[in-house]
Amino acid sequence: MTVTAQRPAAGLPLGSILVDGLLAALVAFALAAPMIGFETVDGSGGSLGLAYRFDAVAVAVATVFVGRLALSAIRFGHALPVLVVAAAATAVALAGAVAGTMLAGLLAVPAAVLAIRAGIVVWRGVTAERDVRFVVPDTVRGARRAVPAAFLALAVLFPFLPFVDQRLLDIAILVLTYIMLGWGLNIVVGLAGLLDLGYVAFYAVGAYTFGILANWAGFTFWMALPLGGLMAALFGILLGFPVLRLRGDYLAIVTLGFGEIIRIVLLNWYEVTGGPNGLSNIPRPTFFGLPFRASPQDDESTFADFFGLEFSPVHRVIFLYFVILVLALIVNAFTRRIRRLPVGRAWEALREDEIACRSLGINPTNTKLSAFAIGAGFAGFAGCFFAARQGFISPESFTFIESAVILAIVVLGGMGSQLGIVLAAIILIGMPEFLRELNQFRMLAFGAGMVGIMVWRPLGLLARREPTIRLHPAGAGRPGGAA
Amino acid sequence: MEYFLQQLINGLTLGAIYGLIAIGYTMVYGIIGMINFAHGDVFMIGAFISIIAFALLSILGVASVPLAILLVLATTMVFTAAYGWAVERIAYRPLRGSFRLAPLISAIGMSIFLQNYVQLLQGARIKPLPPMITGGILLTEGDGFAVQINYTQMIIIAVTVTLMVAFTLLITRTALGRAQRACEQDRGMAALLGINVDRTISLTFVMGAALAAVAGLMFALYYGVVDFFIGFLAGLKAFTAAVLGGIGSLPGAMLGGILIGLIEAFWSGYFSVEYKDVAAFSVLVLVLIFRPTGLLGRPEVEKV
Repeated sequence: MTVTAQRPAAGLPLGSILVDGLLAALVAFALAAPMIGFETVDGSGGSLGLAYRFDAVAVAVATVFVGRLALSAIRFGHALPVLVVAAAATAVALAGAVAGTMLAGLLAVPAAVLAIRAGIVVWRGVTAERDVRFVVPDTVRGARRAVPAAFLALAVLFPFLPFVDQRLLDIAILVLTYIMLGWGLNIVVGLAGLLDLGYVAFYAVGAYTFGILANWAGFTFWMALPLGGLMAALFGILLGFPVLRLRGDYLAIVTLGFGEIIRIVLLNWYEVTGGPNGLSNIPRPTFFGLPFRASPQDDESTFADFFGLEFSPVHRVIFLYFVILVLALIVNAFTRRIRRLPVGRAWEALREDEIACRSLGINPTNTKLSAFAIGAGFAGFAGCFFAARQGFISPESFTFIESAVILAIVVLGGMGSQLGIVLAAIILIGMPEFLRELNQFRMLAFGAGMVGIMVWRPLGLLARREPTIRLHPAGAGRPGGAA
Repeated sequence: MEYFLQQLINGLTLGAIYGLIAIGYTMVYGIIGMINFAHGDVFMIGAFISIIAFALLSILGVASVPLAILLVLATTMVFTAAYGWAVERIAYRPLRGSFRLAPLISAIGMSIFLQNYVQLLQGARIKPLPPMITGGILLTEGDGFAVQINYTQMIIIAVTVTLMVAFTLLITRTALGRAQRACEQDRGMAALLGINVDRTISLTFVMGAALAAVAGLMFALYYGVVDFFIGFLAGLKAFTAAVLGGIGSLPGAMLGGILIGLIEAFWSGYFSVEYKDVAAFSVLVLVLIFRPTGLLGRPEVEKV
């Protein structure tokens, strides 16, 4: 990233800035007028009525106009005043949002984006637009070694911290499930470079394997867990074999199609899957055969009895927490190890250059297939755990949007970065649980975030798309591998 | 036989709608080589804008149905085109020259954003559009089963054919079409020869969105219900149509659309309605495995 010289701040071409702002406002009006200006409501006698929201259109257009002017001002070297005004506007809007005005909350978002943008320009002292990207400072990079250990320690101690209650633990389990899924998908997307939009299908296969085996053959969680993973991996091979020859974006759409096919089959195969009602009565996991119950049934001993503890429902939650923690850590350790094995290196090499790999004698289909199957297998394990935790599964839980969420975690984290995925899962899954009131904006922010990350930091929050090994060590090789 | 004929008519109507959406996919893929995942949602926005325009016209007291449809057609195309332009400008243009999957991921984000944007603004419930055009022509009758082509279906097919002709002329005869084809072949060279590549790409998105808007209007007229989620499935099937016809080829997109419409109609007519989406996706998978270039596509040569 080059640093360009500070342009002189003198002389704003006011005319062209104004025209630019007006054009942006015009586009904003065209976008806002039909969709924001009118709301379709039920009219009399089955016809469609309209409600009007012209004030909201005016606010939207004005916001775009002012924002566009401010961006121009930043570009022409007046970042500091913009920063001050935008920061003040953010503060006022946030105060209004806390006081309960929805509109203020919505206005706080563009104001904050503007403030961050201006702040970066002021801080880095550059004006060129291309350089205004979020860059992780070196101090953060240096801390990268210590952070995983700290995270691990925190994760192990988490259930025993004094302020942790059952609700927090539930959220932590959810986040860990997504971390595991993210790490699993990372093998496929981050390492092997195959965009898989149907990952949730394998999660569903794992969950339904357990659900069906439990309902028809009385399997317990620990018996079904390996089978769930194997089954999902098998599906991965079956689905992957015909389609892995395809180019990246075709592959994405085909995997999406497969994900939908599996969901539709689950929805319609009533006899086995229960259709839209799903499967219930899935047994909870036991502690090596010791169930978590208040009172023992037919002369078994419960977990609480065996260890001489007072029964508490939290025991089971803590146990589930550790199960998913261990499962996730297995995926993580596996990934870190396999990156150093020939097959892991072949994945990364394939991601970088398929033709070169082929000429070096790597079989692309088999190599991709192994990544696909292993990633699918981990999703199967996670699915088994999900079924055991919920005790109930239905096709509702396995829609395309879940695949998109998992993909967003991997992308946001920086494809290939293990720690980035943890951070992204905490931000994307954990945060919204605390902001339930804002739930209706959750997916909106989600989509906008995916676009924003791609535009501003296409390599993710903590990007490390560097191959694990390279011929010429970093610094000696070609300049600027990862931004 | 009568049943077959009826399914044929239904399939052609459906296929016309898919074909109009598929053109947007195929043009964008041809020119910048990306799958515009948000295109299905642009179609959904077109459907919403058209029902809003219908409601507005009925409040304003426009009683003539043909006039209303023409007015709605024009407004929907203009406003939806603005969405197509904005999507390209915000989510794709900054990503030119980024790594290959970046625009696709950005497009998925855009698709999620647009769906939730519409859900927030217009509500999650299904929006009904009262039937505008009733009646039809009875073609044949036999065994107590009447084959009917109703006026809505006729309008859909007529509008689609008209647009296809206009569009083919636009691509083959005008300066804009020439610029587009030039960008498709070699963007760098086209820029050197004085073609404004960014503008051409923007116009491609605008045209694709305008056609999707027409499809949205037709969808609303035909089914009479619209919700914020229709774009996902319709988009996926239209993409299937574009691939089936050979991505990058305009007649291919139309042919693929009609084939997908027919497959869906016959599958629901003769086998099972529940699995009609599975049929469409299976076609996609089979085509990609056995003939990745589609029916009318050119083979893609990979050069080192």
